[in-house]
Amino acid sequence: MNTIVVGQLQRQFQDYIVSLYQQGYLDNQFTELRKLQDEGSPDFVAEVVSLFFDDCAKVINDMSTSLERPDHVDFKQVDSGVHQLKGSSSSVGARRVKNVCIAFKECCDVQNREGCLRCLQQVDYEYKMLKTKLQDLFNLEQQILQAGGTIPQVSMN
Amino acid sequence: MGMETESQFHVLAVDDSLFDRKMIERLLQKSSCQVTTVDSGSKALEFLGLRVDDEDPNVLSTSPHIHQEVEINLIITDYCMPGMTGYDLLKKVKESAAFKSIPVVIMSSENVPARISRCLEEGAEEFFLKPVKLADLTKLKPHMMKTKLKKESEKSAKEEESEVSKPEIEEEEAVIEILPLHQELESEQLETIVSSSNKRKAMEEVISTDRSRPKYNDITTSV
Repeated sequence: MNTIVVGQLQRQFQDYIVSLYQQGYLDNQFTELRKLQDEGSPDFVAEVVSLFFDDCAKVINDMSTSLERPDHVDFKQVDSGVHQLKGSSSSVGARRVKNVCIAFKECCDVQNREGCLRCLQQVDYEYKMLKTKLQDLFNLEQQILQAGGTIPQVSMN
Repeated sequence: MGMETESQFHVLAVDDSLFDRKMIERLLQKSSCQVTTVDSGSKALEFLGLRVDDEDPNVLSTSPHIHQEVEINLIITDYCMPGMTGYDLLKKVKESAAFKSIPVVIMSSENVPARISRCLEEGAEEFFLKPVKLADLTKLKPHMMKTKLKKESEKSAKEEESEVSKPEIEEEEAVIEILPLHQELESEQLETIVSSSNKRKAMEEVISTDRSRPKYNDITTSV
């Protein structure tokens, strides 16, 4: 094991994850999620996050259909989708996605179709952005493991 | 793993969301519990061995075909589910002679004080706001211990008559259930009282803004 390389990778990982918290992509709940990963469930975070992104894609698609026709919007369906995304983003620690969902719900409550469409676009953007960021993070993890190192536990206070 | 489950607590987790089921399952496993997950209240009742009458869903009977082999130490359920809500499930469990002693915990992503107090009044031990954290699950141990001790004391009552400790345990159990405040506080009872004040605390925590939550979280009361 090349300890210098491992050290560098670990520092890179640490800096990257800290930046994700600082830029508001992630919140404390992501830390909670990482606590649930161990030798018995080494891919837990990746699995849950992947489930979350799949959910996002599907729910956004369904909501898009519901919002399509200006004269025929199924706000009930949209509300249900927002509720689902708000819940799962909250559980994963996807802070920006969650915040868009909060605004989204408000638009839905007053049946503001334009507002909903804007939020829909935003939530789509945010989840995809987070997806790329987390992919980079997981890649770094893999590099550390392949170099024989361990993934640092990062606590944000 | 092994067939021996007596040393572990077995929790039945109920949630219609696959995502949430995966989360609660991992949380419980990490807390050293055995977990069974189901996606609806009716499946939960089936698992317990309560047969839901197809004609009248309000009629519950213990299925003559299912011998209840699995001992469940706690039921944790989502509140918002299609069909049977977590509250409905709670009611059915508490109305059943066979299962009313099983502690029930409700989870919800929404902070609605009226909902919370309704559940607690109906007999829920705790009400957890989602996302549930590992630290929340430590509150469950005292509730699960109660049923385990009760079952074990009932078992030894059947097997032997000569144990001295046995009547003490049964007396403690009676005290916990009926007059926890009027007896000498021993650790078991302390735990019960602590957990009831935790219940109140959970309500207070739920109402006030948690410092770790971002400022525009809509956790402040919504009616």
